Formats: sequence, structure tokens, C-alpha cells
Amino acid sequence: MSEQQLSITIRRLASQVLENNDSISNTVIIGLQPRGIYVSDRLVNEIKKQLPGVAVQYGKLDITFYRDDIRKELHIANQTDIPFSLEGKKIVLVDDVLYTGRTIRAALDAILAFGRPENVELCVLIDRRFSRQFPIQPDYTGKAIDSIISQKVKVFWKEKDGKDEVALLE
Amino acid sequence: MSLSTKHLLGIRDLKKEDISLILQTAEQFKEVLQRPVKKVPSLRDIVVVNLFFENSTRTRISFELAEKRLSADTVNFTASSSSVSKGETLLDTVNNILSMKVDMVVMRHSASGAPHFLAKHIPAAIINAGDGINEHPTQGLLDALSIRERTGSLEGRKVAIVGDIMHSRVAQSNIYLLKKMGAEVTVCGPPTLIPKYISQALGVNVSYNLKETLEWCDVANVLRIQLERQNQVLFSSLREYNLAYGISRQLLDSLHKEIVIMHPGPINRGVELDSDVADSKQSIILQQVENGVAVRMAVLYLLANRNN
Repeated sequence: MSEQQLSITIRRLASQVLENNDSISNTVIIGLQPRGIYVSDRLVNEIKKQLPGVAVQYGKLDITFYRDDIRKELHIANQTDIPFSLEGKKIVLVDDVLYTGRTIRAALDAILAFGRPENVELCVLIDRRFSRQFPIQPDYTGKAIDSIISQKVKVFWKEKDGKDEVALLE
Repeated sequence: MSLSTKHLLGIRDLKKEDISLILQTAEQFKEVLQRPVKKVPSLRDIVVVNLFFENSTRTRISFELAEKRLSADTVNFTASSSSVSKGETLLDTVNNILSMKVDMVVMRHSASGAPHFLAKHIPAAIINAGDGINEHPTQGLLDALSIRERTGSLEGRKVAIVGDIMHSRVAQSNIYLLKKMGAEVTVCGPPTLIPKYISQALGVNVSYNLKETLEWCDVANVLRIQLERQNQVLFSSLREYNLAYGISRQLLDSLHKEIVIMHPGPINRGVELDSDVADSKQSIILQQVENGVAVRMAVLYLLANRNN
């Protein structure tokens, strides 16, 4: 996926999110640390572009403390920044790659610590279907790909990696 | 990235990176403690026993809260109401507890080196919650977090530790930590309460003049006079100690700058700190207590997965 395709896809995802959330004032975009925030940053920018002058509520969530593999491996936490209550809000969770579904499982748990939302939707840039270990599916998909376990999906971002690109590594 | 040690016995055994990692993780836990639901499931299924062979209010409550906010299962033990009073040895007591499948031990003991002894003999991760006059590592860490929060960084910071240096594990842990993180340290107190070779051994400045020390420092960490550990007369009276080394409002106002006042608690009001200093805006004593829970959550979290 090239830089141009990527920006077209983000634009479409933003339009789809707006289509389903006509009153954006009650919707909250939540990017997942560490790499989902690059998608959510752009998604939020795009939403602002399509709806100029409208405030978009945007938070960042780190799910490290909610992982299910604490006995196996130590993970270092990133910053969580959700300075508002999620009580009664419509939430759009944003991540870069949806793979086993374990991160989203943890994120659903984590979100409940900030209040009881009205509903939660999932938006991912890349959906690796057929690799799921939990019954979790995205509501907004940038691109769905069929990949085998030994392959890796890597999303590069200009801010961090110097280029915008999605690559399937063998 | 993970800690270079399996236990937290003292700051002396930690590397600079370990300290940074603990402080960084503690900051994330501080955010968790601001949420409507202040509990995370990280240590679900981990059993922690709190072994307190010596009295404690703050530290024990702080550890217990930290464990509960991490969803760990906790067992409490206090020496006075246990079989220790029937003559059981430390190792026997702990082995009996461990045979009930305990993952981590938080221990306070009046004998210096007690947690180090245990670490050699049992497989659980041990966190030292204060051993005799040796170390109190989580206090050192929470003091560092509080200093960093208030003043921006530890590097180059001038910190005075005032009072009973001789009998203070808090002083020792603070000195090790601050030196490792690049701060300058001056210890100040009556000559009878400062170990003779501390300057050579730990690389700190020594001063017997309180006003000069306060004029020099950015932060003053004031210690409690530990009467329970003094088995000989080391100063003539508490009243006289207060006159020479107690911090009063008047003394603080006479300085040419505003310094930050810290105290590990419990405070002897009117001895080392006067009330109008302890309760002033310059004092961050209650922030220290708040940071204690976050720091202990970080230590428990970072050591929890190491005993498979």
C-alpha cells in the first residue's frame, strides 16, 4: 500500500465514521498505543477537515496493564491520555493492524475504567482476517488481507519511520 | 526492557536504567490512579504476602493499596500476632508461608540484611519495605519521583538530607539513588548523628550548619529522629535538637530562595519540622505519600513476571 493509497483510505475511513456518527459531539475517537495513534492522528485530522470548526473528542489509550500475558512477558507501558469521562459516549477504537484480537479484548476492558460507553466501534487500517483468536471484527476496515502466521504486516509512518507504507513481510 | 534484578533489596543493586524504568512506569500508574476506576487486572492470580516484622502505617497501607489496585491477592502478616512470638525462625516462617504458593514477598524487618538473607533461600521475588538501618528502596524511589515532578529533573539537582543520618534507611536509599541519577547530595545534622566516613564512602557533602545547607539546596528532605534505634544519648534533648536542626518558618523566610520541603513521615512536629513548615505550600509531604502508591505499583508490576 503506497503513500497515496494510504491517504485515500484514511479519507474514506473518516467519511464512514462520520456517516455512522451524525452527531460527532457525542463520539470519541480513541487511538491505541503505541502504533494505532498514527492512524488515529490522521483520522482525526481528516474528520476535522471534513467538518471544519467542529470539536472532535480524541484520546489515546495504552492497554499494557490489561494484557493477558503478564506471566509470560514483561511489557513497558506507554502514556494513556483520556482527560474526559466516556460515560454514555459513542467510541471509535482505532488501531493499525487487527490480528489475533487480543489487543482489542484488552482495550474493551480498559475503556470500562473510564465510564460506561453507549457503544464501541472498531476501526482498523489493516485487517488480517482468518488470524483471529477472539470473536472480534472491525466496523471500519482500511484494507482486509489474507496472510499466514509466518508473515508479518508492517505499517510505516512518516513521523516515525520516514515513509508512509504498508508492507507484507515474509 | 526489564529490570536487571529479580528482587528489590536496595537501591544499591539497581542500575540507572532500572531506576528510570521504575519511575517511568510509576508515571503511567499515576495516570491509572486518576481514572474513575483505579484498578487494573495486571497482577490477577499473583499472590503477595506482606511480612511486617516491624511497625508501619504508611508503607504497609501503601503497599496493600498498590497490590489491590493491581488486582493481586494479598495476605498480611504482622509479627506481634504470629508464631514468631512463639519462637519460630524467620526462614521457617517464610518457608511455611511460601509452601502455600506465594509469588512475591514484601518485607519489613528491624534487622539490616534480613531481606537479602531471605533472597538467598527462597524462590519468590522479594521487595524490601525497610530493613533496619540499611535501606528503604521504595521510599527512595517515591522521593525521587516527587523531586522530579516538582523540580523537573534529578540531574544536577541539589538535595539536602537533614537529621538523623546515622539511623536512617531512608537517607541511605536516597543517597544511592540521587548519586546514581546525577544529583548532588549534602547530609546535615549533629556530628553524633552523621557516620564518620560517609563522605568518602558515599560521595556526599557533609555539613553541620543547617542554615548554610538550606541556602545551598533546592530540596530539603528532613528525617525523623529515630529514638527507637538510638541506644545511647546522641544529643542532649529534643528541645535543643529543635533549636539547632529543626526547620522553622522563620528560618525558611530568612533564606534567599524558596526551597522544597520533604519528609518521609511520621513527622515529629516541633522537633525536626515545625507545623507551619510541614503544612505550607513549600512542603510536598502529602504528594510523596500519593506517589508512594504509584511507585509501589510499578515495582510490583515490573518484578511480578520473573518467577516462573
